[in-house]
Amino acid sequence: MQHRTRLTMVIGGVLAAASMLAAQTQAPAYRAPRTGDGKPNLNGIWQAINSANWDIEAHAAGPSPVREMGGAGLVAPGLGIVEGGALPYKPEALAKKKENYAKRMELDPEVKCYLPGVPRAMYMPYPFQIVQSPKHIMMAFEFAGALRTVYMDNHTPEPADSWMGWSNGHWEGETLVIDTKGFNDLSWFDRAGNFHSEALHVVERITPRSADTLNYEATVEDPNVFTRPWKISLPLYRRVERNAQILEIRCVEFAEDLIYGHLKKPGLK
Amino acid sequence: MKRHVAVSGVVAVVLSAGLTLVAQTQTQKPYAAPKTADGQPDISGFWSSNTYVPLERPNNVTKEFYTPDEAEAAIKRAAERDAEQTEPGTTADVHYDFTQFGLDRSQSVYSRSLRTSLIVDPPTGKMPPVTAEGQKRAQDRAAARKAAGGQYDRVENMPIGSRCIIMGGSGPPLMNAGYNSNYHIVQSKDSVMILTEMIHDVRIIPLDNRPAPPPSVRQWMGVSRGRWEGNTLVVETTNFNGKNPFRGASENLKVIERFTRDAPDRINYTFTIEDPSTWERPWTAEAPLTRTVGPIFEFACHESNYGVANILAGARADEKRAAEAAAKKTGSN
Repeated sequence: MQHRTRLTMVIGGVLAAASMLAAQTQAPAYRAPRTGDGKPNLNGIWQAINSANWDIEAHAAGPSPVREMGGAGLVAPGLGIVEGGALPYKPEALAKKKENYAKRMELDPEVKCYLPGVPRAMYMPYPFQIVQSPKHIMMAFEFAGALRTVYMDNHTPEPADSWMGWSNGHWEGETLVIDTKGFNDLSWFDRAGNFHSEALHVVERITPRSADTLNYEATVEDPNVFTRPWKISLPLYRRVERNAQILEIRCVEFAEDLIYGHLKKPGLK
Repeated sequence: MKRHVAVSGVVAVVLSAGLTLVAQTQTQKPYAAPKTADGQPDISGFWSSNTYVPLERPNNVTKEFYTPDEAEAAIKRAAERDAEQTEPGTTADVHYDFTQFGLDRSQSVYSRSLRTSLIVDPPTGKMPPVTAEGQKRAQDRAAARKAAGGQYDRVENMPIGSRCIIMGGSGPPLMNAGYNSNYHIVQSKDSVMILTEMIHDVRIIPLDNRPAPPPSVRQWMGVSRGRWEGNTLVVETTNFNGKNPFRGASENLKVIERFTRDAPDRINYTFTIEDPSTWERPWTAEAPLTRTVGPIFEFACHESNYGVANILAGARADEKRAAEAAAKKTGSN
């Protein structure tokens, strides 16, 4: 009898979970406020709240890569933003990823204040601002003053390769879809050494999910490095404080001694 | 008597300018910029601050406007100076062949103006006299630079532009930088973004009358606040860090910019510089922006900065060679 009650409860729980799942997969009911030209209004200052910049894959907490930083520099834990388990690296690419990790203080472009690339810029632990107009949607990132221009008309192929890529965008109902190519092979996905080649192709889908949150999804394709496309998803949160604004992180001045210090005149401290 | 003649000259200019204006208003309505979907005057798009008009009036010029022929001659002289940079064997030639790479000013759009200087106030066309405090600051800055050692001793002694920290034209104010003086303006209802091509410097100007941050927040490009006054975007910028001093300004610098689109292909851009600790009075320049074509490509300056490493390595190699030569000389004695 007791046994049967338990079983009923378990079945009930499974059914409830299934119905919740069904509710989640239905199209979001939220309809965002509109801009003057009638499009979902994405203007504002946004920021990810997760530890993906340490590692986009699930990871436990870890020690700071800089001994002197101790607890102030610890690797924050996180369940990752990659859907469906481990990144599908080709075997030789996985070896390179591991080498990147081992030499991350030397090789991570973030350490040298290089432009963060895409999608990394979207989930670094700094805010970015969207300035939206009918022809151009700008994303201005606090870190290193990075910038993305999303062209909403006159779509063209990339004229040259670049750190932040060449982004063509269009609206699909409530969703801004951005197709970005034309990357160089120099940016990383995180501090864990996850990387890509210049064949990187990112398709992002940004959908308002409430007044102050966005759903952000990106499909990442790079046949030189991965065996199949993979997807990340994360929410972006509005910085709602009244005086929120993007401030300067003119990063170069903080990394110059690290980058060029070995070339200073001998004897200078 | 002489003074009387000069005044008559000014009156004549004012009258003739007035006549032109009257003629214009009789034949056509004044230009009204199209509106954005949010109902604001549309100043969006790609613009250039490129011009041959110098900030300050040349010493040998006393009038505010050239005749059209004189203006053309002044442009020709300036263009010839740009072309001189291609003279073989010169440092400039090694650095950049401006003409060959489409970088000289004549190969981009530039504002057509009869003005002899961008500065319109004071009427002399020159920056006002520098205060005693401003002069002392300039001396102190020079002394600090000297105390820091040779320019190539360490990266921190090199010019900030070479280090890809910020370029002269990033502003505010927007100043033509010799080449690539291009901007992308994007408007939303609550903010205006100005991207300066050199070196992907972005300024986002909120339009909601919020106060400037406390003085403890100081930035290379300051902090900008904007508002629409009729058809004019007025932007006030304070909170500079003083590390990229515009024409020797202090961190108390306040820049007031006015953007008025007064023709399809032109934004009448003026800026007023207020810094009582540097200049005896405020001064104002008129530096129109001319419509140009986009897009603006990514300017990854720091990421491709081979110059700093090579210059410093070269300086160290020179020192080593000199030390070896000195040792050899000592040894042979």
